[in-house]
Amino acid sequence: MNLADGVQLVSFGILALMMIGAALGVVLLSNIVYSAFLLGLVFISMSGLYILLNAGFVAAAQILIYVGAVSVLILFGIMLVNKREDYVPVPNAWIGTVATASVCAGLFALLSAMVLATPWAISSAVPVGDGAVVVIGKHFFTDFLLPFELASVLLLMALVGAIVLARRDFFPEQTEEDQLVLPERPRELVSGGQK
Amino acid sequence: MQLQYFLILAAALFCIGIFGLVTSRNAIRVLMSIELLLNSVNLNLMAFSNYLDPEDIKGQVFAVFVISIAAAEAAVGLAIVLTIYRNRNTVDMEQFNLLKW
Repeated sequence: MNLADGVQLVSFGILALMMIGAALGVVLLSNIVYSAFLLGLVFISMSGLYILLNAGFVAAAQILIYVGAVSVLILFGIMLVNKREDYVPVPNAWIGTVATASVCAGLFALLSAMVLATPWAISSAVPVGDGAVVVIGKHFFTDFLLPFELASVLLLMALVGAIVLARRDFFPEQTEEDQLVLPERPRELVSGGQK
Repeated sequence: MQLQYFLILAAALFCIGIFGLVTSRNAIRVLMSIELLLNSVNLNLMAFSNYLDPEDIKGQVFAVFVISIAAAEAAVGLAIVLTIYRNRNTVDMEQFNLLKW
């Protein structure tokens, strides 16, 4: 193992520990604001892992979109529904938690066994590295052109849908005489050419 | 560095996300768990793209699509949570039984 491999392995270990710890914090902490900030930490360590995988462009996109937009959006959501409430304890809730934990552990064991048992066809070609932006752009405008355009339409639909859903459907009471009265006294129109 | 490390890490993150999705009672935490799930899928795609398809990186293209759709999903999901909070005055998942019976 040369120096570069060692550095890669150590940084992978640090990023993996950071990500798993932060993800456990997101799920297990009781204060949801801490969870939101730890979610940002998960996204940042994920971006570091992308850099380890020779994908600088997607790492930058990850930081911009997830850390810059989604985390802030979730924080705003927490502020908008910020209500201190004590949840009514559900009887025998621990059975559900234990069952879910065992199912998740079993799923993890199954996935790990599958990953370790499969003979992956590792390619020996040199990764494109920083030329990835060019290759991604070519993909977007040749063989992925239709999904690319559909993604823009989907984003527009999500924008309109979010506005329609989150808008307050409350209008103040309007009486009959309020509707047709202008806020200022109507003036006589002056035609332009007479002066 | 091997492909298996990244895949096992993504599997662990996916299982944590599933656990949070099922057990958490705050609706916003459910949205955060969905984000964890989408991120683990993205990590899988990027690992495959780097190790199995390093020249014609289609995994990165897929990851960009997944990121954009996850952003749309977060916006719509938060709007839905906000609407339910206005109607029900709670974010407790145990009390959302509008479609239950």
